[in-house]
Amino acid sequence: MSRNYSALALLRGALGGNRNWDQAWRSPEPRAHYDAVIVGGGGHGLATAYHLAKTHGMTNVAVLEKGWIGGGNTGRNTTIVRSDYYYPQSAAFFNHSVSLYEKLSRELNFNIMFSQRGMLTVAHSRGEVDFQRRLVNGMALNGIDMEMVTPDQARKLCPIMNFGPEARYPILGGMLQRRAGTVRHDAVVWGYARAADRVGVDIIQNCGVTGIDRDPASGAVTGVQTTRGAIGCGKLGVAVAGHSTMLADMAGFRLPLRSYALQAFVSEPLKPVLDVVASSALLGVYVSQSDKGGLVIGGNADAYASYAQRGNIPTAEAVSAALVEFIPSFSRVKMLRQWAGIVDYAHDSSPVLGLSPVPGLYLNCGWGGGGFKAIPAGGETFAHTIATGTPHPLITAFSLDRFRDLALVDEAAAAGIEH
Amino acid sequence: MSGFRLKDHPRAAAAEIGFRFNGSDYRGRAGDTLAAALIANGVVVVGRSFKYHRPRGIIGSGFAETNALVQLGTGAHTVPNAVATRVPLREGLAASSVNCWPSVGFDLGGLNDRFSRLLSAGFYYKTFIWPSWHLFEPIIRRLAGLGRAPTLPDPDRYAARSHACDVLVIGGGPAGMAAARAAAGGGVQVTLVEADDHVAMEPLPNLRILTRTTASGYHDHNLVTAVEEIDGPVVRQRFWKIRAKRVLIAGGAFERPLLFGCNDRPGVMLAGSILHYLERHGVAAGRRPLFAVVDDQGYDVAIAARRAGLDVVGIVDARPEPGPIAAAADALGIAIYPNHSVTRAIGRKVVSGAELIDQATGQRIRIVCDLIGMSGGWSPAVQLFTQSGGTLRFEDRIGAFVPDRSVQNARSCGAARGIFDHADCIADGAAAGHWAATGEDREVPEIAAAVRAPLHLPPPGAKAFVDMQTDVTVDDLRQATDENYRSVEHVKRYTVWGMGTDQGKLGAVNGVAVLAALQGLAPGALGTTKFRPPFAPVAFGAVAADRLLGPFFHPWKHLPAHHWHVAQNAVFEDYGWLRPSHYPEGDETMAEAAHREALAVRGRVGLFDSSSLGSIEIRGRDAGRFLDLMSVGSPSTIKLGAVRYNLLCNELGTLMDDGVIARLGEDHFLMTASTSHAERVYRWLDEWHQCEWPLALSIAEQTARWAVLTVAGPRARIVLENADCDVDLSREAFPHNQIRSGRIAGVVARIQRVSFTGELSFEIAVAADYAESLATHLMTCGAAEGIIPFGLEALDLLRLEKGYIHIGSDTDSRTQPADIGWGKGIARKAGDFLGKRSLLHPSASAPGRAQLVGLQPVDPAVVLPIGAHIIGGDPHPSRGIVTSSGFSPMLERGLSLALLDGGRALMGSVVTAWSEGRSWPATVADPGVYDPRGERLNG
Amino acid sequence: MLSVPCPYCGPRDETEFVNGGEGHVDRPVPPEAVGDADWAAYLFFHDNPKGHLRERWLHAFGCRRWFHAIRSTADHAIALTYPIDAKPDFPA
Repeated sequence: MSRNYSALALLRGALGGNRNWDQAWRSPEPRAHYDAVIVGGGGHGLATAYHLAKTHGMTNVAVLEKGWIGGGNTGRNTTIVRSDYYYPQSAAFFNHSVSLYEKLSRELNFNIMFSQRGMLTVAHSRGEVDFQRRLVNGMALNGIDMEMVTPDQARKLCPIMNFGPEARYPILGGMLQRRAGTVRHDAVVWGYARAADRVGVDIIQNCGVTGIDRDPASGAVTGVQTTRGAIGCGKLGVAVAGHSTMLADMAGFRLPLRSYALQAFVSEPLKPVLDVVASSALLGVYVSQSDKGGLVIGGNADAYASYAQRGNIPTAEAVSAALVEFIPSFSRVKMLRQWAGIVDYAHDSSPVLGLSPVPGLYLNCGWGGGGFKAIPAGGETFAHTIATGTPHPLITAFSLDRFRDLALVDEAAAAGIEH
Repeated sequence: MSGFRLKDHPRAAAAEIGFRFNGSDYRGRAGDTLAAALIANGVVVVGRSFKYHRPRGIIGSGFAETNALVQLGTGAHTVPNAVATRVPLREGLAASSVNCWPSVGFDLGGLNDRFSRLLSAGFYYKTFIWPSWHLFEPIIRRLAGLGRAPTLPDPDRYAARSHACDVLVIGGGPAGMAAARAAAGGGVQVTLVEADDHVAMEPLPNLRILTRTTASGYHDHNLVTAVEEIDGPVVRQRFWKIRAKRVLIAGGAFERPLLFGCNDRPGVMLAGSILHYLERHGVAAGRRPLFAVVDDQGYDVAIAARRAGLDVVGIVDARPEPGPIAAAADALGIAIYPNHSVTRAIGRKVVSGAELIDQATGQRIRIVCDLIGMSGGWSPAVQLFTQSGGTLRFEDRIGAFVPDRSVQNARSCGAARGIFDHADCIADGAAAGHWAATGEDREVPEIAAAVRAPLHLPPPGAKAFVDMQTDVTVDDLRQATDENYRSVEHVKRYTVWGMGTDQGKLGAVNGVAVLAALQGLAPGALGTTKFRPPFAPVAFGAVAADRLLGPFFHPWKHLPAHHWHVAQNAVFEDYGWLRPSHYPEGDETMAEAAHREALAVRGRVGLFDSSSLGSIEIRGRDAGRFLDLMSVGSPSTIKLGAVRYNLLCNELGTLMDDGVIARLGEDHFLMTASTSHAERVYRWLDEWHQCEWPLALSIAEQTARWAVLTVAGPRARIVLENADCDVDLSREAFPHNQIRSGRIAGVVARIQRVSFTGELSFEIAVAADYAESLATHLMTCGAAEGIIPFGLEALDLLRLEKGYIHIGSDTDSRTQPADIGWGKGIARKAGDFLGKRSLLHPSASAPGRAQLVGLQPVDPAVVLPIGAHIIGGDPHPSRGIVTSSGFSPMLERGLSLALLDGGRALMGSVVTAWSEGRSWPATVADPGVYDPRGERLNG
Repeated sequence: MLSVPCPYCGPRDETEFVNGGEGHVDRPVPPEAVGDADWAAYLFFHDNPKGHLRERWLHAFGCRRWFHAIRSTADHAIALTYPIDAKPDFPA
């Protein structure tokens, strides 16, 4: 088990030439059977396994990852953490997640670098200001720290935005969540992996699931077929984002999800020039500056279904144009890297969480472009759901049944842009 | 200060160019890059590294430069992180080092280097946890980053061009030229892009050569993007999108550094780059170079350096048995150190010597030199091939990854696939060109087997850099391996190896080799990190070039009578179209103007421009049947000449739009749609028609063809009667909700009696060209009646008094017809229509649905903010939202519309509206409070 | 940048088109004859394969006609396009 991290540990490491560090997590051979298997070694899967072991005492747990942990959307997203969700069910869930993020570095003994620098979403018309007031009031009533800002306040927060006379869309105000910010995405993966490993979870990388075994009589899940052999399990949690429908196909049911490529861009490293997360839903772009100095930029998803983890040029052009229109001085800044993750969207852009039609199989999917911010709460509530067989109270609104019941939680209409 | 210009090289006679670097004046020669000119001027330290702020010099040439990043220019024109090896020298060019303070010579950040062991791989994940990251982050942030972003808008322009060709050749070296020649010989259209400023080949009629053009991305369906450097007075860069049937990648290879202690010292360079500066620029990077090699490839450089007159102090060859080429070097009097390797570069700030080790005996010797040329082998430039979807394999013969399987119509040739011999490159290029032109495969050269020294891992503590810019050492990779960060992607992310601006062009393959050795794997089994676009950094302005900015980002849509409105002193706002919000008189505020305009409409008459309302014509035998399928109501039962309010739902039963449908003929209907939904409604109708119900009809979106002016108010009829209109306007002949065709002042017009104000109202549609003349005509005809133009703000007050809704503002994505009081017909409608099944779903009649109501603040002076919530709900505080608000001119009180949970059952009760900490009591009322029986409307 | 072979106009850049999602989603007729679960299946529960997907495209800035395409979601290659009222076997 790895020793605690601290400044003292760094000093000890330095004195030992940094040759005395423990493994952050083990790479064990898979056992023949686990009480619970989580498919998907991203943030949600690892956090779930951590909570199964730590909170629910289930230590015979494995996380199966087809590649390297954090290689999916957790390691590809633009790292924004916020809880500016409109509907009460979403607000409760995501605000809980932000609260967990605030304590996560200590919880995991791993610095995830939650930089609560604030997120500013500007409004470009009186109509948009009115709409933001609707959102801000609703969020505030649900306990979220949202506030309206004037154009002058917006300018103070981010003077390089387009306040010029040539701006196609003037900035007439905005809404601000001060507790929002960015988190070092890989640190969340590694922090949870290390913490889960320390409480006994097996993390099995390079282990792709190829089939799901079910009891012929009850239909219940009994195990999975993998590229590293058959692994039995009592319960199966699926947390594979854009590939969820493929797992559902293996288990013989359908999910109301469609997979899209969502692109992200990072610029060359620059001295600090942007201190908030700045966003414009109308232009279709948002940008923050990482602690390394790169601008991290996102926009809307590509326009057609895709599993190819690469972005298309029309979207890259649209996002670049939106960026330059939003912050004109970034025109001369260079794009260093462009990539895409595969995100799964439901019709209402809310997640699909909880029970599945297959006994013993549990779902954590449908996050769209917003799964990263949900990781701590997603893991906690999913672990509860798997351990008890009953959906956690924070996620009941996000059940698969809501589609049959036409009880959608339409955050798509309230948000307007990914991140 | 050991670099200098060779006197007998032609470049020495080129025109002199003055430039500034870090505040000092220098002179270079036309044709130099900034890097060449700096070397020629003896400048050795050009920058500081990212983490440890170690002094760094120019290590390479072209794209493979990771150290020499400079800030170019100042103000709005400044360019951060320009790569000095890619910057053409210009008169007056001013550059400075990035990431050092106060100066590149004395950088306080260099203290980090003293404590480098504390700052090992991923150190920040292990500390700064207590008390909070927020305490430490600002300091880290200030230290990080390299160049400075401009803070002023970019004064330059970028152009975009799409281009199609049969064959695209990327790279104009020996293989690329041979490929282009062979492909062009096949008679097809060939385009060659080359990053350098010239390609040494003959012009051919079917060959287009783009110089200073760098292929940046390989995308779907064989589309390659490229950036052309223009630096002209008008255009800075041109962004090319090139669609080619076949693509040949001939982008060459990158030389690998060697891994020894302080291999990042200024004065340590890639051997091939030393040759580049000698041959291309006539610049020697040092007087006493030492070369360190692992195979034959560095010998050529040592020999060329010797022939250029440099005092080559030796070749350190890591192989026990140097190849036959050693004899040629020996003949020139160059000392050979076989079975030796460099253990470290000596020199505090710049190289003053090297320490070698005899690998057989372990004996160490020191050699005085001012330049160390490293030749660690060459790695093919596989970036674009990877982007195309192609797979790689590790080729032991060259110790690097080479293209394996193509997915798109792409092929690499020459050094880009590991063919380094000059003649082989030409043969390989020719074969590739032939394939590209004809699809036929020809025999291609084999990758040559070379005798290479195996990788020797430097010992712990050696400060041997795998990635210079990001300060990642072999020790960092060791530590990552110890900590079980095993995947190359994990190592990359944990140590930031390969994350610099060169994106691993120098360090990727070395890193894989080290990691493979540490893990006991073959490099091919470990694989490499994914190379993503762009190949080299590209300005966002260039990527955005095909999209217009400023006023043209989303072009303004102007009303046909726009100039007339300008003449009426209209204030415009963007509602999808640029529409008059009000027409202020004197120093009126918007609210005052809207109040006055609304009163004028109620009391006399006003003129409103409705041209942006969507106008969609549906014609054909099945038009009525189709509209019944699309609508909540039954438009097929509309009588000829009549008009009816209509609702459109999606399949979820929620409202998409409202509007009116007029029947112009037995098989001819006119649908109006809200301004903001017009395009969507047309697409919606068209999609269902084409894809689901291919009935006998056609749909035409006619909005832009018509100008629509609405005359509204009790005196509207008088205005029209004075307007030379040949339609019988009497109440009996032309009642409310009817449409007529006729002429006004001789112009063909359609006139509808529909009203969004609650007043007697005529909506007059004429061809768009007549917009201004009709407006002028109506104003003249109405002058005696006191007609005024009124804008959207006044309209908003008028419709609010009537309780007329705007779909999208007063409804949300859950609102169904019954929620706005239109639920009655649904159960009665026998036939199918969109949304029907969802409207019959239990959820549609569940209690507590949000319903449209009016709200009247108890204090009549209060106007509730739009977006206020109605509070007091359980368990969630919000029970509803205020969707529209205004101060009613007629009732002289604040009025609102709201979506309130179970609202219709709450009529007459007092609720609390809340916004941003303030709250107001308000009474729930019917939405329409003015003239509820519609007497004025029917007037 | 996909090159989409419109069955009526030939290959054009994807920027001329609008993707309409999955094609051949059968609308229950009459809709009131199906239960809530089947209605939800029609509305929400569609195919999402990694591989060939039959989908609808509109040549919006061209002939304005809807058509079908069989496109791989794995690598975006378009195997076939055909008129909106057809459903050829695939592989053909």
